[in-house]
Amino acid sequence: MKKKILAVLLATGVAATTLLGGSILVSAADDGGNTAQARTLDEIKKDGKIKIGVFSDKNPFGYVDENGDVQGYDIYFGKRLAKDLLGSEDDAEFTYVEAASRVEYLQSAKVDVILANFTVTDDRAEKVDFALPYMKVALGVVSPDDALIKDVKDLEGKKLIVVKGTTAETYFTDNYPDIELVKFDEYQEAYDALLDGRGDAFSTDNTEVLAWAQQNEGFSVGIESLGDIDTIAPAVQKGNTDLLNAINDEIKSLADEQFFHKDFEETLKPVYGDNINPDDLVVEGGVVDGEEKAEDAAETEDSDAASDDTKEAETTEEPEETEAADAE
Amino acid sequence: MQNMGIEVLFKGINSLRLWQGLWVTIRIALISMVFSIILGFLLGMVMNIPNKIIKFICRIYLEIVRIMPQLVLLFLVYFGAAKHLGMNLSGETAAVIVFTFWGTAEMGDLVRSALISIPKHQYDSGYGLGLNKWQVYLYIILPQTIRRLLPSAVNLLTRMIKTTSLVALIGVVEVLKVGKQIIDASRYTNPTAALWVYGAVFFMYFIICFPFSRLSRVLEKKFAD
Repeated sequence: MKKKILAVLLATGVAATTLLGGSILVSAADDGGNTAQARTLDEIKKDGKIKIGVFSDKNPFGYVDENGDVQGYDIYFGKRLAKDLLGSEDDAEFTYVEAASRVEYLQSAKVDVILANFTVTDDRAEKVDFALPYMKVALGVVSPDDALIKDVKDLEGKKLIVVKGTTAETYFTDNYPDIELVKFDEYQEAYDALLDGRGDAFSTDNTEVLAWAQQNEGFSVGIESLGDIDTIAPAVQKGNTDLLNAINDEIKSLADEQFFHKDFEETLKPVYGDNINPDDLVVEGGVVDGEEKAEDAAETEDSDAASDDTKEAETTEEPEETEAADAE
Repeated sequence: MQNMGIEVLFKGINSLRLWQGLWVTIRIALISMVFSIILGFLLGMVMNIPNKIIKFICRIYLEIVRIMPQLVLLFLVYFGAAKHLGMNLSGETAAVIVFTFWGTAEMGDLVRSALISIPKHQYDSGYGLGLNKWQVYLYIILPQTIRRLLPSAVNLLTRMIKTTSLVALIGVVEVLKVGKQIIDASRYTNPTAALWVYGAVFFMYFIICFPFSRLSRVLEKKFAD
């Protein structure tokens, strides 16, 4: 009898603890609802340092050079931002972030701004506030110089190499079902296949193919911008309106001196070379102009992104309703 | 081409940065291990108290540590503490807390089993000599326990050293992360760097883990006599 009671007690105990423990863990792991308060612009100014989250291993956007100094397109802008907000480039305090935890860094107020090649998506826009974009990416197509593919129509009846799971795969499957796709799991395999001639061209993010073509003689990027244009923008914690506005104003005012073109010259050009038109990557003043090269799809996407941004800037009073799952 | 790869290691202050990264790795592992050993001994003794509730609580703690991946714990302490408790810990502090939390559980279990493995007559003989409970523990049981613990404790330490590579995900730049930074920085100028950099990192892990293994073997032999 005694043993039975004990067993029942024990079982209840186990159940209770599991439930309790489980709920504690779940609530702790749950990002929703609870957010550490980010620093306002005034607090940042008082402190004299702005904390910027950047990549340390994504050359040429954010990387650490052989002297241990952080460099790149994002860093170049970060330093300028610090200079204009606080008075000196040295007032930028760079924190190295990982792609998977960029949202977390903002929600836990570990950094004030994320400048880490952060692509604007609807999902992310629910959790952080994006400022105006300062860069854009689309698809690019690289092919051998002697049979250069300059237009999507040239691809009809040819073999196009893609990497599984990339936007390129989805884009061509959805929009050009007639083009034969040769699919690989890894970038290296795809490039090897292109070198061997197992396909006529290879498509993935334009930044990626441009850099590769620069390193590999005999290959060029015939189509530099194709498909949906994604924008890359600074992000702040949801609801940090005055900092967001300050960054937006900064981006707008930098358009006068074509700052991001200068940034391109300094950081991206050494990698991408002369063959590329800076306007394919750079966004000045937060205005994404799709008129020169955009497909129809890209055009609508642009206006979407733009209206998203403005919407964000205005409806920032509701900071506390971020989604549970984070962006891992 | 092969020569070019290895050059990366000597460019600028790259090799110094790798050593600095290694120091971060060692620092986190050693500090955590010291705490783990102290707390683990206490936990191991507590676990041996013949009381169902205490045993049960210890069991739960141990199971939580074993079930939760260290990465989840790191995220909980680093980001979770900032969001829910308003505690803005540095990445390294968060790492030490998590590794101590983990190490204490593992160490506690090791101590517990080592204590159990001491035959009962050792206690009885001690009491027979007129020693009290603490004296028996201190002079008879613990010295024997430590000998039995050494191999598994060193094993835990080397595991800890290797697991520190996870802390890069909460912004701590340790040796492996430095390696990745170097590889990436030379991605366009020197594509074969990866092999050499990872080779160097492997070598660095080896030269810190190997002495510990040796040391434990030497100590084991010494204690065995």
